[in-house]
Amino acid sequence: MNSTLTPSSVAELAEAVRSTPHLLAVGAGTKPRLSAVNCMKISTAKLSGIIEYEPSEFTFTALAGTPVREVAATLAERGQYLPFDPMLVVAGATLGGTVASGVSGPGRFRFGGLRDFILAVRFVDGAGRLLRMGGKVVKNAAGFDVPKFFVGSLGRFGVLAEITFKVFPRHTSMLTLVLEAKTPETAVQILTQAAGGRWEIDALDWLPDAPYIAARLVGPAESLDPLADEILKRWPGEKLPDDVADARWASLSEFSWAETSVAHTAGTNSSLLLKVPTTPDVAAPLRQAFESLGAKVHVSSGGNVAYAAFDPGADAAAVDAKLRGLKLSSLTLRGVAPLWLGVRNETLIATTVKTALDAENRFPTLDT
Amino acid sequence: MSASLQRLKKLLRPEQLLLGAEQLAAYQSDGLTAFHQLPLAVVIPETTDEVVALIRFCHEEKLPFVARGSGTSLSGGSLPVAGGLVIALNRLNKILSVDPVKRVAVVQPGVINALVSVAAAPHGLYYSPDPSSQTICTIGGNVAFNSGGAHCLKYGMTSNHVLGIKAVLATGEVVEWGGASRENAGPDWCGLFTGNEGLFGVALEITLQLLPKAECFHTVLAGYKTLEQAGDAVAAVIADGLLPGAMEIMDALALQAAVAAVHAEYPAGAEAVLIVELEGPREVVAEDRKRLDKIIAASNPIEFRPARDAEERTAIWKGRKSAFSAVGRLSPDFIVQDGVVPRRRLGEALRRIGEMSREAGIRVANVFHAGDGNLHPLILFNGQVAGDLERAEALAGRILKMCVEMGGSLTGEHGLGVEKRDYLPDMFSSEEIDCMKRLRAAFDPLGIANPGKMFPGPEAPALKHHGLHPLEKAGVISRE
Repeated sequence: MNSTLTPSSVAELAEAVRSTPHLLAVGAGTKPRLSAVNCMKISTAKLSGIIEYEPSEFTFTALAGTPVREVAATLAERGQYLPFDPMLVVAGATLGGTVASGVSGPGRFRFGGLRDFILAVRFVDGAGRLLRMGGKVVKNAAGFDVPKFFVGSLGRFGVLAEITFKVFPRHTSMLTLVLEAKTPETAVQILTQAAGGRWEIDALDWLPDAPYIAARLVGPAESLDPLADEILKRWPGEKLPDDVADARWASLSEFSWAETSVAHTAGTNSSLLLKVPTTPDVAAPLRQAFESLGAKVHVSSGGNVAYAAFDPGADAAAVDAKLRGLKLSSLTLRGVAPLWLGVRNETLIATTVKTALDAENRFPTLDT
Repeated sequence: MSASLQRLKKLLRPEQLLLGAEQLAAYQSDGLTAFHQLPLAVVIPETTDEVVALIRFCHEEKLPFVARGSGTSLSGGSLPVAGGLVIALNRLNKILSVDPVKRVAVVQPGVINALVSVAAAPHGLYYSPDPSSQTICTIGGNVAFNSGGAHCLKYGMTSNHVLGIKAVLATGEVVEWGGASRENAGPDWCGLFTGNEGLFGVALEITLQLLPKAECFHTVLAGYKTLEQAGDAVAAVIADGLLPGAMEIMDALALQAAVAAVHAEYPAGAEAVLIVELEGPREVVAEDRKRLDKIIAASNPIEFRPARDAEERTAIWKGRKSAFSAVGRLSPDFIVQDGVVPRRRLGEALRRIGEMSREAGIRVANVFHAGDGNLHPLILFNGQVAGDLERAEALAGRILKMCVEMGGSLTGEHGLGVEKRDYLPDMFSSEEIDCMKRLRAAFDPLGIANPGKMFPGPEAPALKHHGLHPLEKAGVISRE
């Protein structure tokens, strides 16, 4: 039973949930492992569009199936952007899938990740009830923060129908540096020292395919050169021309560096793509451990997250062992492997909260 | 209950247990002084193991408990429950680590907010959320109520800075979520826990993200003939695409109070004062400053004063942060409201508050976070006058309903607590409230963790009275 329902209104979405015993919502399928579960799928393809956008409020509300690309374009017309720097935008990622996967991009380094910009959700719970949680203003402390809980919940606790976000005014200029990181020790030193510096760097990433740290500065055009020059005095490197820089960041945001000769959508032969929350001190050991298994590793956000791409034949058990050795855990975004590898945090409360939101077990569990 | 007390005595040393009205009196109220309630007992654990043992004890005995830090909640969030325990966490006040590489601090719940920044300062780091009570309020309370401050538009509230939580849930289960990484995989449990108003359990260790201290500030104070002009200036700053760290407005009554309390000096004839602060690397601030100064100059202020040095900046903030307690000089009692309105409707909201205030014959001073639409109307009354408190509460209720009608929120940073629990149905449907109740029951099936907060209903009623918090009278804390 792997067919798909495609409701075209929020009411139809709730009805579809009520009438289907086992189901999972899917967006554009850019992180296919997250929905690789044998059950009915609810596509959000026809639940698309921005419902409210008030630039002066720094907020917008859109249907869950809205492509992030469309949101980004609308915001850009008014000089605004999503500061968590969504990933896979060109690939077609939807807003709902982005929230459910909890994946943020390199720019999350400056002001925070997706969780820091989600304000409200309207969702369908396991009983088919359409519920709104959070508030549509940039500051709100009323009720439990269910919107945050949905970030990274993989659609296992409810189906997102609408989402409200906080946005920011977009910086006027951008300048990217690449800094030489000949050894892993140097790389980590740059990541941590640059993060604590006075420059307020926007993105700070250890590139997957070259011994370099990419550092992005944003702000008024006149301010960027002096800041960049000071950084380059401290660490050898160079300023990238804008087009080269754009291509670099796009490669990271779209995971194009991770693609092997086998297309990632090719099912069982797909390469393995993992997200690993980390800290700067373990970024280097993690990278080394994964490289020893033949992986490419992108360390993002100043060493707070790593993305690792393995060839299709990768041995998930070996990956799991490396993660456990470093006391880390990973989420599998693409490829054939268990959803979670590495250490697991098993709690009783996870089960009771699942029951509170989905007593019928209509949605898969977090383990599948 | 005496049998319960007997068993409780075995868990603690005698001096960790307070009993009897005299010992309990200091705990009967919090920052919402209009309510008071004596608990059965106050317990003062010194270790996280003792906290866990106490929660498990409460679970076994079906005994209600209220975790308490410094008792500065403005929504009555730490108001005791009759027949229940108050678990005073002030002795769990260790900063367990400050890590300059990961840029995090791990703290116990009784650590005072401002001390986190003090500990981080040698590394050039600080902890961003800055409630006005930050010199006394605790991180545990901040986490329970998702406290805010003046810098939320740019940097977010407490929940945006909590990376990891070790907590004991009301069931007695000890959980650890998140950690030192700024990223997470799987559901955001820390996000769900933060702001639970003490209904899920007690945080034992909290991992906080630290930010590099801004190199440079540019703080501007501008006086205006009308509140609307100050509001228009805020709109102009936003429209220009600047992202200030803080934008605050005080109205005439609040200014009068600040002058009386800390001898703040404001432009003569100003009916409203706007404070805007830019921060960042000096090169960035230098450029943004040109834009800001131009916008402010064009907004027709009576006077426009950029802070020339750190001392002048401190003076500007001192006036602002003392405004609440200063209002205590204008009136024997006051209620602070905390509603949020969409920023574009600030002017309209303030006009309507003014009208409601005149209609009710009750003075209202306004101090607010203009950048994020978070109002703080201070409703002045005299508790010695029969019916005055009730009239003030009725006005507060009308203001809250107005905020929700305008598309805003009941609370920006104080939480619902006891004070605003009855208004929850104005913002959420009965199905939505039921969902929240199911979540609460998942964490606390017995309903023993801080009952009577957040949800409307007869659960744990409290008595009312009036008067400033003793620390407020002393000028140590302020309500915001």
